Amino acid sequence: MTLKNAFIAANRFGLGARSGDLARIKGDPRGWVENQIGPARAVPALAHLPSSREIANDFFKGRKDRKDEAKRKIFRKWLQRQFIAEAAARTQAQIDSEDPIRERLTVFWSNHFTVSARKPVLKALAGPFEREAIRPHVTGSFADMLLASTRHPAMLAYLDNLQSIGPNSPAGRRRNKGLNENLAREILELHTLGVNGGYGQPDVIALAKMLTGWSVGRGRRVTAGAFAFRAAAHEPGAKTFLGRRYGEAGEEEAETALRAIARHPSTARHVAFKLARHFIADSPPERVVARLARVFLETEGDLAAMTRAVADADEAWADPLAKVKTPNDFVVSVMRAIGMRMTRKDGDVRKLIAPLRLMGQMPFRAPSPAGWPDEAAHWISPESVLKRAELSMMVARKIARVGNPEALLAETVGPVAGKALRRAVRAAPGRVDAIATILASSEFQRR
Amino acid sequence: MVSRRRVLRGLGSGGLITALPGAIPVALAGAPTDRRLVVLLLRGGLDGLAAVPPYGDRDYHTLRGALAFADPGRDNGALDLDGRFGLHPSLLPLEKMFRARELAVLHAVATPYRARSHFEGQDLLESGAALPRGVQDGWLNRALGLFGEFERRLGLAVGHAVPLILRGDVPVGAWAPRVLPPLQDDFLSRLQTLYAGDPVLAPALGEAIQAQDMSDEIMGQGDRRKRPRGARVLRHVVKNVGRLLANPRGPRIAVLEAGGWDTHAQQGVLTGRLARNLGALADGLVALRAAMEPVWNRTAVVVVSEFGRTVRPNGTGGTDHGTAGVAFLLGGSVAGGRVVARWPGLSTGRLYENRDLAPTTDMRALFKAVLVDHLGLPARAVDDRVFPGGGNAARLRGLMQS
Repeated sequence: MTLKNAFIAANRFGLGARSGDLARIKGDPRGWVENQIGPARAVPALAHLPSSREIANDFFKGRKDRKDEAKRKIFRKWLQRQFIAEAAARTQAQIDSEDPIRERLTVFWSNHFTVSARKPVLKALAGPFEREAIRPHVTGSFADMLLASTRHPAMLAYLDNLQSIGPNSPAGRRRNKGLNENLAREILELHTLGVNGGYGQPDVIALAKMLTGWSVGRGRRVTAGAFAFRAAAHEPGAKTFLGRRYGEAGEEEAETALRAIARHPSTARHVAFKLARHFIADSPPERVVARLARVFLETEGDLAAMTRAVADADEAWADPLAKVKTPNDFVVSVMRAIGMRMTRKDGDVRKLIAPLRLMGQMPFRAPSPAGWPDEAAHWISPESVLKRAELSMMVARKIARVGNPEALLAETVGPVAGKALRRAVRAAPGRVDAIATILASSEFQRR
Repeated sequence: MVSRRRVLRGLGSGGLITALPGAIPVALAGAPTDRRLVVLLLRGGLDGLAAVPPYGDRDYHTLRGALAFADPGRDNGALDLDGRFGLHPSLLPLEKMFRARELAVLHAVATPYRARSHFEGQDLLESGAALPRGVQDGWLNRALGLFGEFERRLGLAVGHAVPLILRGDVPVGAWAPRVLPPLQDDFLSRLQTLYAGDPVLAPALGEAIQAQDMSDEIMGQGDRRKRPRGARVLRHVVKNVGRLLANPRGPRIAVLEAGGWDTHAQQGVLTGRLARNLGALADGLVALRAAMEPVWNRTAVVVVSEFGRTVRPNGTGGTDHGTAGVAFLLGGSVAGGRVVARWPGLSTGRLYENRDLAPTTDMRALFKAVLVDHLGLPARAVDDRVFPGGGNAARLRGLMQS
């Protein structure tokens, strides 16, 4: 029983068991989860990465030379190198993690506030976004995370707020430019209230107006990459948003509005549903969603309390195989299971993320602002299930000389392995096949 | 003996996961239709007024501002279609198809959805429902159901996942380029035994395993270049997909997807992001036509997007989420060479919510026409079972050659 719960803890709330993990966890599986819900800790795999300010500084410098083809090429390569380094470091952090629930929460929240590397600058900034705006808040306050996300240069660039200008602002009048409602709409639809959360087109426009002026320093008056409020681009005057009047207050308008929607019941419900779907089941029981929404409202969006509430839910400990792993979590759990170790050499770094690219879930490359899907129906197709089996076989070939199938089985899916799997591993025609069978098994694909 | 599956999976860089059953009796080789249908979903909201500028509308230049094309014949002008509507110059190859009457352009079309969310908009486009949410399967899957029980997979999803439009009770195949080395038969069959109790993995692997002989005969070698983005993805798949569709024993209906249409900023006019993506779209369609040459006269290709974009440029040289837009219908069986539009006009009072092109044609009227007049499905069943609760969207007549 406790061993089964150790499996659930390591997989449902973690990123899969490494050698020895299940034995360590089995004494107190729930405690193992809860003990990770505390203040953020430094992550060694990420320590060498540059901040968004350093990136912005280099970016603005590099972009100056756009006229020169050779320099442009160097600039493009630099962007690509930043991207690979971020993606690999993040993957490495997940493989090495001693408190994997923090990694899971980081992935969950950075997917909730998706910034996708689909514009040049975001190749370099999507990683810093996750490290700076998401990681510090995963067990903090939802409102703080919403603010940090919305004020981060990556989000302001990704959803076009940098170019949004109040039509009646000095800058708008001078240059005949105007609003871009992209950020406002996605904040309401994806980050807070949810699509049926009770807002309309006028609310989108009002929030877009309040957000005008939220911008990024370029290294002249304000440090490159730091948040900058451009008063000259801010749409002047009072705005009515969700039935409430906001008097002209410059930079603070949007902050007040974001703090208000951060504790809105629709936001509570939206966040509760997504968390329950992520950790418990593709169609989570309504009573869990309702309970989580209540916790969200009562604690004003305390994400430590929310995480604890998920971990406390009996529903989360009922069915050990309710969810199918995402491609990312499948790949990472394979690496954890086989004790993958990598250095930061360039070739190795690429090897680390190649399987993710192959499985269709490259870090920081979600297909849209809505992020990656979170349901088995989106991830499992004839095509993808074959790919998972192929990857299992490829990994098995690589580690066969040192791998021990019986130990691998016991230390990963042992507590939930069915008779058929045990028999198949024993009867496999060789070590390679046995290891591949474990990694490709239903028990390993799920959590 | 080298196993059949190994041979076929070893041949191509692509693996066909349709599931034509292992050994098809010759008597079953025929299909309930010899027509071909390709649906291309442009995800992100194509700017219909940029793809097909209504240059004849007297308010066009005023409202479109910096994003307006000059009239056809002038410098930087649009291509002319019919004296009222033009075509983005990046779509030049489509103009040839238009002249050859293989392309019909539909304008001011929209799904019944009005709230401008990509995600809901795409759901509705694919579910065929009148309201967001509630419908879990796709209209194309329900249409496949009307063909009745049949041994083979008639539907094919191209890509790593089956999109909503093809999800549902009727099993469909899926195909995407292969990269990893193929697996041995015995490993796969052992895995199949292991998955027996898994409601998600078992059926998926079952379909994968049933991939059979013809798939790789048809596929041959593909290329392994980097994964392309936007509509450039088409160039990498249409050749293979076209050949699959052209094969008598291949699938009849395929769904492809291409992204990159959400042009909020700096979308450009003659050049730029949108122009490049439209160019890639046109190239993809030309390549698809070439690959499907043997069956092109029995083919219809539908190109649609979840919504159009705002008529006026936004403050950042782009356009925001709008309502009505364009759809393209091309193929040898299309009665083309015309722009089909009940044009609402662009004057202020005519715009939807004073910002978007107003919808005058329900997208489902196009879908119904293709299902009934091209695939030959019974009109009544299409109305009742494929698009239930859909209001009064009668099918558009005369889109297909009779």
